[in-house]
Amino acid sequence: MMTNPTGRLTQGQFSFLPDLTDAEINLQIEYGLRRGYAWSVEYTDDPHPRNTFWEMFGMPMFDLRDAAGVMLELRNCRQTFPHHYIRLVAFDSTRGIESITMSFIVNRPPSEPGFGLQRQEGPGRTLRYTLTPYATTRPEGERY
Amino acid sequence: MGAPDYSIPGSVAPRPAFEAVSDAAPLSVAGAARTVAAVLAESQVEAVLDELERDLVGLAPVKQRIRDIAALLVIDKLRMNLGLQAETPSLHMSFTGNPGTGKTTVALRMAEILHRLGYVRKGHLVAVTRDDLVGQYIGHTAPKTREVLKKAMGGVLFIDEAYYLYRPENERDYGQEAIEILLQVMENQRDDLVVILAGYKDRMDTFFKSNPGLSSRIAHHLDFPDYTVDELQQIARRMLAQRHYHFGAGADAVFRDYLERRIRQPHFANARSVRNALDRARLRQASRLFAERERELGQDDLTTLLPVDLLASRVFADTQP
Ligand SMILES: Nc1ncnc2c1ncn2[C@@H]1O[C@H](COP(=O)(O)OP(=O)(O)O)[C@@H](O)[C@H]1O
Ligand SMILES: [Mg+2]
Repeated sequence: MMTNPTGRLTQGQFSFLPDLTDAEINLQIEYGLRRGYAWSVEYTDDPHPRNTFWEMFGMPMFDLRDAAGVMLELRNCRQTFPHHYIRLVAFDSTRGIESITMSFIVNRPPSEPGFGLQRQEGPGRTLRYTLTPYATTRPEGERY
Repeated sequence: MGAPDYSIPGSVAPRPAFEAVSDAAPLSVAGAARTVAAVLAESQVEAVLDELERDLVGLAPVKQRIRDIAALLVIDKLRMNLGLQAETPSLHMSFTGNPGTGKTTVALRMAEILHRLGYVRKGHLVAVTRDDLVGQYIGHTAPKTREVLKKAMGGVLFIDEAYYLYRPENERDYGQEAIEILLQVMENQRDDLVVILAGYKDRMDTFFKSNPGLSSRIAHHLDFPDYTVDELQQIARRMLAQRHYHFGAGADAVFRDYLERRIRQPHFANARSVRNALDRARLRQASRLFAERERELGQDDLTTLLPVDLLASRVFADTQP
């Protein structure tokens, strides 16, 4: 399978592109702020695709006017968790929408070993698949 | 970080488009303004300066200082365009003066001026006091201060009565923590926000004396003088006109008398006292009109403040039977 030959985690927006530079991240944040979204910073070291709830790094940031505020938190998070996955998440609080509208990875571990696929044979010709990140064999905080 | 070792079609070409946002300023900006007139025309900053001149009564020294600062910023802009100056000048300020002398009002205009000249990106003003920055328990202050700073980024952070941040009598006061975070951002993120500290002149002076780090990062000190009675009266007339009111026969003189008495009383707060006095006069006018149920009220009745509306004030209490 050659859709993602480097084993890079592909979740959220832009994840098939090379990593965004800080200037590019800045532009995305500005775009979200212009549309009234509240940004938040989240991190994890469990890259499993079903792990949808990452840890929050501080509260979601409401009432910001400029991307510099979000970048400040992002820098703090990178300093605290240099080898974790970090993503920026935009929340649209408009009544009736009230959901995540943007999300993209802004920090990755230096190496991403990827996932192991286990096949479990069931009755008949049934096959059950289990995806295991190689990194999660070690305990939290020691994975990357 | 692990960049992919394959290339994505089109991923190379668009890169330069983002370069314009990068922090590294080019040595000399091609096609950038070379004359004062060009900067003024580009920024439309004169409109704000004129508005300031027109809308605010008195404050001559403050207005002059703001013109000087604007001139400095325009020249700095030209210097930057020629590559003579790379980093943005420190723009943090202190506004000192008694309550109601227009510090908050001028700070709003200042934010607009800085925005038009491109020294802050968004130009909004976030006004806070100690309670917005300092927490109640250990570990509470840093996130609180940071939250405020984040909201102010791209604009101006206005800290009213800034000296309350420093309480030397309490050794473990959390205010010190807020000051330190503030200092860091004031020094390292000059492009991201401008801080204005405001308060009474004497208390501010002692505050700066005991916090030299803060004091040395303030580039401009503006002192707001008290208003004269004439100026206060002019302010009153403008406030009334804005709300479609005016003084009726004799009320002008009564209000002057009121001001002269009020100034000598405690808690006099310049233009703010004027605003409050007028608000109370409007209340009395409303009660006066309300009492006359059957009377048809024309425009004149509804817009005129009479001497009785002012004379009922307790400032006149000692002259009344
Ligand atoms: N020079 C002035 N001309 C007109 N109105 C003024 C002037 N100075 C202050 N005011 C009015 O007085 C009120 C109090 O001013 P403010 O800026 O809040 O004072 P401070 O922040 O110094 O306490 C505001 O409503 C403002 O509009
Ligand atoms: Mg004020």
